[in-house]
Amino acid sequence: MIDLLQSLIPTVLFFSAPLILTALGGVFSERSGVINIGLEGLMVMGAFVGIVFTLTFQDSLGSITPWIAVGVAGIVGGIFAIIHAVASVSFKADQTVSGVAINMLALGVGVYLTKQWYGKGQTDMVDGFFRTDIPILHKIPVIGPIFFEGVYATSYVAIIIAVVAWYVLYKTAFGLRLRAVGEHPMAADTNGISVSKIRYTAVILSGVLGGLGGSVFALTIVSNFSHSTIVGQGFMALAAVIFGKWHPLGAMGAAIFFGFAQSLSISGSSIPFLDGIPQIYLLIAPYVLTILALAGLIGRADAPAANGQPYIKGSR
Amino acid sequence: MTSNNKFMTFMIPVFSVFLGLFVGAIIMIISGYNPIEGYAALWRGAFGDAYTIGETIRRTTPLILTGLAIAFAFRTGLFNIGAEGQVIVGWLASVWVGIAIDAPFIIHLPLAILAGAIAGGLWGFVPGLLKAKLGVHEVIVTIMMNYIALHVSNNIIRSVLTDHATKTENIADTASLASDFLSNMTLNSRLHYGILIALFAAVIMWFIIQRTTIGYELKAVGFNKHASKYAGMKVGKNIILSMVIAGGFAGLAGAMEGLGTFGNIHVMSGFTNLGFDGIAVALLGANNPFGVVMAAFLFGTLKEGANEMPTGAGVPTELVDIIIALIIFFVASSYIIRWALLRFKKEGK
Repeated sequence: MIDLLQSLIPTVLFFSAPLILTALGGVFSERSGVINIGLEGLMVMGAFVGIVFTLTFQDSLGSITPWIAVGVAGIVGGIFAIIHAVASVSFKADQTVSGVAINMLALGVGVYLTKQWYGKGQTDMVDGFFRTDIPILHKIPVIGPIFFEGVYATSYVAIIIAVVAWYVLYKTAFGLRLRAVGEHPMAADTNGISVSKIRYTAVILSGVLGGLGGSVFALTIVSNFSHSTIVGQGFMALAAVIFGKWHPLGAMGAAIFFGFAQSLSISGSSIPFLDGIPQIYLLIAPYVLTILALAGLIGRADAPAANGQPYIKGSR
Repeated sequence: MTSNNKFMTFMIPVFSVFLGLFVGAIIMIISGYNPIEGYAALWRGAFGDAYTIGETIRRTTPLILTGLAIAFAFRTGLFNIGAEGQVIVGWLASVWVGIAIDAPFIIHLPLAILAGAIAGGLWGFVPGLLKAKLGVHEVIVTIMMNYIALHVSNNIIRSVLTDHATKTENIADTASLASDFLSNMTLNSRLHYGILIALFAAVIMWFIIQRTTIGYELKAVGFNKHASKYAGMKVGKNIILSMVIAGGFAGLAGAMEGLGTFGNIHVMSGFTNLGFDGIAVALLGANNPFGVVMAAFLFGTLKEGANEMPTGAGVPTELVDIIIALIIFFVASSYIIRWALLRFKKEGK
């Protein structure tokens, strides 16, 4: 049993880290009232930047490169998300449509530049993150080998960021304002909170987190960039946002669960009590569960009240 | 006011397309390509000879149908992002019927097409039902349904229709939309009779929306749910109906691919993008059936022409994806374009 956990848990954490990060981005954006279908595109952008940066600098910067690459990907993701913010906050565009356009634009730009810079549709492979033992913690008996041996450090960074996100959303003035804007923008505005400033910040944060998620995915799981590097992980993160009921820790839990389902669909046959389940059920589990959650069969999932509505000053 | 609105509905898409192409040209200049050569190559790729014209029309066919699928639901105030999944199940169902059944042409082909439409309709029924009965937002449900469609269809291809192959056998000739006549006329392109079905579907949508009580109710629900309810219409029924019809259109788009272009279905690693492009088509076509046909033709042209850009001008095909994304942004941001155009008009006086 311990052997089983020891092989399973690091894999689950490994698959869920990008989902956790991106889902947190979704939580920030949607809690401020901006639907973010564009998470997929933000991940694509992050993956592209992460890989290109690593390819360019891995010779001069050495083993620290992936970490810097992830940071740069976060920054570029944040800048890229400004497009979504401008369209959906300032220009009052339909947020779903804008998100769809973000997805198309990110993939278009990413592959276009890849072809221009490298002369082919996909980049070379990079050395991304490696499995390591977490210092000190991996020496704890029983728990140590299961949770902290041969894991990706990024998994724990993602979990820490989730806790930070929870703190920011629920324990700070900024978080309170952000949630207020998402529930009742007019009331927030009346109280002197700038709705567009908060929404811009939230959407940019979602870009940063989506960029982090995408680059972590690319640097741990795929190791190169092409049109098929990110296929659906952004939408799965969106599912995690909803299944986690728009709560940072809920989204994290959902992301870990979806990561579990994903890793099972890849390595499920090695687990005794699950080998009878056809792979197809594990593949579609995240999506089916999200629909069931929305339908109220697994606890009711209610979106922030003003989610998806542009705020026009003075209109009721 | 009305004439002003009509002018705007016409101007915004036209303006957005020009703006998109203009930004595309700027991107080409920045990347060191010649934009005139680039667009010339695009034109050759779409209309250079009979073959490319045939392929452009072929590419337009499913885009008309997915555009209709999204536009139709939009009229009832629903956002059908699920066209992607509805295309896949429609494709699968039509090919399945095309392979499994043995019947004369006159029965087999309509049956296969119908199977595609019904499968798509069923895939639209689920989000419609959830929206109508439980108030669940259709956007998320349709996105999830897309992935379920993708994985389930891949699984059926692998383990039911074939023995772990990545592609099914070809459909029977009696279920095929392919046409030697059209193909010979266009230097062996894959042009098939589907375009007639797509155009007919556009007329059907126009007829339902403009000329029937059902269409009137669907529109009314789209304008104001509460007023429609007060007027005695069954809001829930109309929402479900709208999603089913929309899904049916998307399913037909899948049938066009299965029965016309490919003649089989293969395991897909990702989406066809027909559904997502359909969103762009519907938006640019202002959710009007004839606007959709024109917008689909524009995007069909851009996508087909893009294939010539790498060889003709060294420009990566993805430039066209960037242009399409920009056009969507511009149309979606019509609030600001409308404001700018009005401003411009006022100052012109």
